[in-house]
Amino acid sequence: MDNMTLIAIASIVTAGLTIALGSIGPALGEGRAVATALSSLAQQPDAATTITRTLFVGLAMIESIAIYCFVVSMILIFANPFWNHVIAQAPGK
Amino acid sequence: MRLSSDEMIFWQYGFLKLNGTIIFTWGLMFVMAVGSKLITRNLSTELKRSRWQNLLEIVVTGIEKQIEDVGLRHPKKYIGFLGTLFLFVAIASLCTIIPGYEPPTGSLSTTAALALCVFVAVPFFGVEEQGLGGYLKSYAEPTIIMLPFNIISELSRTLALAVRLFGNMMSGTMILAILLTITPFIFPIAMSALGLLTGMVQAYIFSILAAVYIAAATRGRTSTPEPSQEIKV
Repeated sequence: MDNMTLIAIASIVTAGLTIALGSIGPALGEGRAVATALSSLAQQPDAATTITRTLFVGLAMIESIAIYCFVVSMILIFANPFWNHVIAQAPGK
Repeated sequence: MRLSSDEMIFWQYGFLKLNGTIIFTWGLMFVMAVGSKLITRNLSTELKRSRWQNLLEIVVTGIEKQIEDVGLRHPKKYIGFLGTLFLFVAIASLCTIIPGYEPPTGSLSTTAALALCVFVAVPFFGVEEQGLGGYLKSYAEPTIIMLPFNIISELSRTLALAVRLFGNMMSGTMILAILLTITPFIFPIAMSALGLLTGMVQAYIFSILAAVYIAAATRGRTSTPEPSQEIKV
């Protein structure tokens, strides 16, 4: 297998695996966060605005992990430096 | 496939490029500045006021209350910076309704610039509130061993701010573009509405996180709690 095929296979497989594995953790974490927030809302409805605001901030922090994985996946598909390098060399052969 | 509005080049002169990000950013700044200048031309304090003034007052007092809830004691000092952050990101995301518009926050340059503004503002407000020595001493809290970790956490949360906003905005526009090539009618509209919602949430998150960082820098780790009322027997 030449370089081009190898880089293509590695990029495609890694991009898929990155986003697949990278969304499991944040999804589980967000589920737990919302569940705890709902139970504390049921216990103290007066603190609803504080709980909601803190919940949203926490969800954004957890979500950013999934966003990092998504960004890596997008870079591998659309702005892959290894692929660009190998494509630039191809017409020369 | 266009990754961000950086690649929409409108005009080029050798090294300098006028790309979509710059044009949309300046367009937003123009609309916001001129719009608020026009609205605040004749402010009235009576009960009868124009609806635009009412709108601006709702927005400003809402942001002020949020800043105070986070723990910053004099919100008027910080509302210029934090309010601008929120309004810029929110309006940049709202204007996706306009066809042909790409949010400038979908480009890593814009979000990195905004995150760098927060990175500079946190020590600025911290030194203003606590003095240079007091602020620098807060890096050695709770022990001096934590000094490198505190510095690393400062840098990493700035990076996280930039990448979080960039990832959210870029993914919204990219999913929309991909869906438009697959199912042209109903589904992209639902995703566009979801993109609006996440845009507003991300604007709120960005400004609230900036407020929390500034509050942590100005309050200091060893803030004395309010003395409780002693019950005299």
